Amino acid sequence: MHEPAPELRREFSGPDESGHFGPYGGAFVGETLVRAVAELAEAYASLSAKPEFWREFDADLADYVGRPSPLYLAERLGEAWGGARIWLKREDLNHTGAHKINNTIGQALLAKHMGKTRLIAETGAGQHGVASATVAARMGLECHVYMGAEDIVRQAPNVYRMKLLGARVIAVESGSRTLKDAMNEALRDWATHVDDTYYIIGTVAGPHPYPRMVRDFQSVIGREARRQFLERTGVLPDALVACVGGGSNAIGLFHPFLGDSDVAMYGVEAAGRGLDTPDHAAPLCAGRPGVLHGNRTYLMTDEHGQILDTHSVSAGLDYPGVGPEHAWLKDLERVRYVGATDRETLEAFHQLTRLEGIIPALESSHALAWAGRLAAKMKSGQNLLVNLSGRGDKDIEAVARLEGADFGTV
Amino acid sequence: MSRIAPCAARAREQERGLLIPYLVAGDPDFATTLALMRELVARGADMIELGIPFSDPSSDGPVIQRGVERALAGGATLAGVLELARRFRDQDGRTPVILMGYLNPIEIMGYGEFTAGCARAGVDGVLVVDMPPAEAGDLPALLAGQGIDRIFLVSPTTTPGRAREIIEYTSGYLYYVSLKGVTGAALEDRESVAGNIAGLRKLTDLPIIIGFGIRDEETALAMNALGDGVIIGSALVEKIEQLPPEATGHPEAIGEAAELIGKVRRALDHDGKRVS
Repeated sequence: MHEPAPELRREFSGPDESGHFGPYGGAFVGETLVRAVAELAEAYASLSAKPEFWREFDADLADYVGRPSPLYLAERLGEAWGGARIWLKREDLNHTGAHKINNTIGQALLAKHMGKTRLIAETGAGQHGVASATVAARMGLECHVYMGAEDIVRQAPNVYRMKLLGARVIAVESGSRTLKDAMNEALRDWATHVDDTYYIIGTVAGPHPYPRMVRDFQSVIGREARRQFLERTGVLPDALVACVGGGSNAIGLFHPFLGDSDVAMYGVEAAGRGLDTPDHAAPLCAGRPGVLHGNRTYLMTDEHGQILDTHSVSAGLDYPGVGPEHAWLKDLERVRYVGATDRETLEAFHQLTRLEGIIPALESSHALAWAGRLAAKMKSGQNLLVNLSGRGDKDIEAVARLEGADFGTV
Repeated sequence: MSRIAPCAARAREQERGLLIPYLVAGDPDFATTLALMRELVARGADMIELGIPFSDPSSDGPVIQRGVERALAGGATLAGVLELARRFRDQDGRTPVILMGYLNPIEIMGYGEFTAGCARAGVDGVLVVDMPPAEAGDLPALLAGQGIDRIFLVSPTTTPGRAREIIEYTSGYLYYVSLKGVTGAALEDRESVAGNIAGLRKLTDLPIIIGFGIRDEETALAMNALGDGVIIGSALVEKIEQLPPEATGHPEAIGEAAELIGKVRRALDHDGKRVS
């Protein structure tokens, strides 16, 4: 019944030993962190070769996260869009409400095996911060979360959630006071406390081995989805759609399907106020290659090499870079990268909420917005699988504010 | 050809420690930086490290971050930094200038254009903080082709095997990072510096210059005793932060900021190895 995934073509089997996906990836860090990054790569290589490590990981995902997450056929949404049948991979139903926990469970296990006692993390929307604070609480580890001062205002409920979980949330006031600056600050912390600290990066970016390691942890999404889809329908989906900020939920869904050459893939970036304006966060659609936060990848950078401020309605996509494997998949033309604007995203947010009774995260609503356009062009009977990477409870205040609604009255 | 080796040789001959101030190019504007560079040389700087402003300086502490933000607010670009270096070189043919920065501005300009720009501006050395030798591509070869030195960092976390590899890529001087942390942090573990420098001495004859956490005469003397000289960055940038607006119209203020280096110079010379 379970058709094994076909073997990957060589160009999709990255990264190489030093962490490169074609010209992208690598480990561009200051000398103080070189050894820490190398030790992490060694620890991951040795642990990930042991079946016990994955048994421990799978057990945690089952009993603590609640995996497998369901595959849901969204019939009313499909009818409204016309065309393809719409399937949702329900990562929003995971413990803590998003795919982020898959990665923090894996990295916390690694931290434990490496004997590290102090966890640090960066966060944008707060979902990764919450997922990090959650695993830290469960394992009795100290946790410090760096968050841009701007994002702290946008995502107040998640800030309080992290505090309840016992984490210390540190407001980052430098630069543009968003996710990229939080990552700078986390790197500074790591260099300062390099001996006892484990840095949990929340996405498939950063220096090697993070892009590979986080992908491996998140690939549970695609492995489950592929199996569930075959069980339910006997065929593979015609197309996959996922939102891309750093790109961890997208790579997690895509990777196990990369060898299935008939499965089309779409990564949806935040087009903000439009790709033809400066106000977006779409490096793959409208950026160029450069080096930031430890890896070479597509970036939002000006002609002088300064990193540009980004804009998105969703804090989780508000990042000027993207995982290096996405950069490579773009160049190989295996995945098509597109954008959804703030406006399209909000429409999709309401559509799913009203038609299916599921309030999606604004990040995931980008994937839905593009999926709606794609579905309409597909034939009935074709199948479109969308990664619903997170739930939208954290966003309802922001949506009310954006739309001038009176939050909390009837 | 780079002026670094002759400069280091002179200092060695005179048995004096090398004193290298770091400042952010364009903080708060290029005219001020140029005036400061001349004043620093007048007060005893042997070489000058010129920071290339970058929006995301993830190895720098808050003082240099603010310096970078001021420079970027003033419109500083890498092309502007090269122009500043050229203007300094027009007036001073002797003092080595080392550019220090992050890779992205160089990557976006292109390694070839950057190297040519450095050569035209009379730049003597380049240090890219987030570019370990393994990721350097053809930049070291391009710089070497123009006689420009490739400076790399060695830190307390660098293993001896890796230090050997770094030294193979390094010319001019080896920059020893005195502490685990970012620029401007407090110097705590002085004993480990002594041990690590002794280890490096067995691997190389390059001058070893110590930076990070050096902020006054006392820390400069302590670190100079272990290496061949010191780099002072954050403490100087802190003084630059205090400059009045339109500082070029206030030469006394520029002199006062640069006097930190004058004081350290006198302390180092007084402590000269000849004297001790």
